[in-house]
Amino acid sequence: MSVTITLTVNGKSVTASVDPRTLLVEFLRNELSLTGTHVGCDTGQCGACTVHLDGRAVKSCTMLAAQANGAEVTTIEAVARDGELHPMQAAFRDCHALQCGFCTPGMVMAALDLVAANPSPDEKAVREGLDGNLCRCTGYHNIVKAVQQGAAAMRKGG
Amino acid sequence: MYAFELHKAKSVADAAALIAKTGGKALAGGQSLVGAMKLRLAQPGALVDLSGIAELRGIRREGGAVIVGAMTRHAEVAASADVKAAIPALVALAEGIGDRQVRNMGTLGGAIAHADPAADWPAAVLGLGATVITSKGRHAADGFFKGLYETALAGDELVTAVSFPVPRKAAYAKFRNPASRFALVGVFVAQAGDGAVRVAVTGATATPFRCAPLEAALAKSFTADAAKAAKVSANGLSGDLHASPEYRAHLIPVLAARAVASL
Ligand SMILES: Cc1cc2nc3c(=O)[nH]c(=O)nc-3n(C[C@H](O)[C@H](O)[C@H](O)COP(=O)(O)OP(=O)(O)OC[C@H]3O[C@@H](n4cnc5c(N)ncnc54)[C@H](O)[C@@H]3O)c2cc1C
Ligand code: FES
Ligand code: FES
Repeated sequence: MSVTITLTVNGKSVTASVDPRTLLVEFLRNELSLTGTHVGCDTGQCGACTVHLDGRAVKSCTMLAAQANGAEVTTIEAVARDGELHPMQAAFRDCHALQCGFCTPGMVMAALDLVAANPSPDEKAVREGLDGNLCRCTGYHNIVKAVQQGAAAMRKGG
Repeated sequence: MYAFELHKAKSVADAAALIAKTGGKALAGGQSLVGAMKLRLAQPGALVDLSGIAELRGIRREGGAVIVGAMTRHAEVAASADVKAAIPALVALAEGIGDRQVRNMGTLGGAIAHADPAADWPAAVLGLGATVITSKGRHAADGFFKGLYETALAGDELVTAVSFPVPRKAAYAKFRNPASRFALVGVFVAQAGDGAVRVAVTGATATPFRCAPLEAALAKSFTADAAKAAKVSANGLSGDLHASPEYRAHLIPVLAARAVASL
């Protein structure tokens, strides 16, 4: 069996015929070659696969591509604009909030969702807001700093 | 993952008919089901997607109750001013489920139909004496949760909404398993409009239960001290690598006291 889905990915409309078992992350990576969205655990624990579905952060390894039918999906590839890093990405770089970088796309997508709901999160709010994202390298400290710095830059409209 | 059929239902009746016909399962947020299917802990041959059924979504106040549609996501309950005004304990409970991403997809109906032994929503359903409204009728909370991942729902019966009676006071306290974020133990305490006290515990056995010693203690005196002094037996409680039955028994009055103290 296959099902036809139509969705908007990073602003472009996409129609495809998919096997129902296709996960959203498989569709993004294998069909659309959007490999910025990573698969870490494949069990819904690590958040490396976080994308936005109609503006809400979700784990793309724990949903079917067909569940995104009719929706707008945004991946890390659409966060930078015109070759310029988004202020949140720039803050991750400034604060050394990544080492191997594997978790970073998911962290940035989760951070953007968090800041959309709470434009000036304190440290506790950032730590709670990133509960669904694991990092094996940094010890989180610099990630928390980066999210606060990125949020501050976004408030200034940077 | 293995191959399966996928159908999108247009209405509750359509979904129930598709499930009966295919022998398949409902798909809500997928936050439990997709993971279980990857591991083949669940292997339905067909899924019926409920996301297109508008009548299953939303929150409304009706007389002395708050009615939450089955497809309402945890994040929507957490952000609801109506729920916050009527039953703030439900907002706190929903905010504490999993993580942001899980709350952005997972639904009330999926959580109670799934009946994970460590899930949070069942504690609120049982603690408030809520009514589970389904495609076939209504179920009282007492008797709805039957066992490990087992409820009173028939195979083709869909949860459409849950009606939570507005209590005088209620609170939920959870000791999170730091790895899974589920409840190692969670305790929901409530004093109904007529003064009756209910205390429901999740995470401590295969299925949530009402805790008689705590209900008796809090009926006499609805205070944190009374809760803390109650004795809960470890007999029959779960023991696993996360916690022994004795530790879970110890946590129950401690969490009940924290819940009462938060009011
Ligand atoms: C990383 C992670 C952390 C989590 N942490 C917690 C936590 O701390 N606390 C907690 O309580 N939960 C937690 N969960 C589970 C989460 O809350 C799920 O969303 C919820 O248990 C299931 O809801 P769903 O909408 O995703 O249902 P699905 O996964 O789509 O379905 C679950 C089951 O319910 C059935 N079903 C769904 N909707 C209906 C309906 N309307 N009528 C009848 N049957 C239906 C399905 O057929 C399936 O069997 C966590 C999940 C993950 C992945
Ligand atoms: S890969 Fe999706 S949560 Fe880990
Ligand atoms: S930077 Fe390596 S996992 Fe986070």
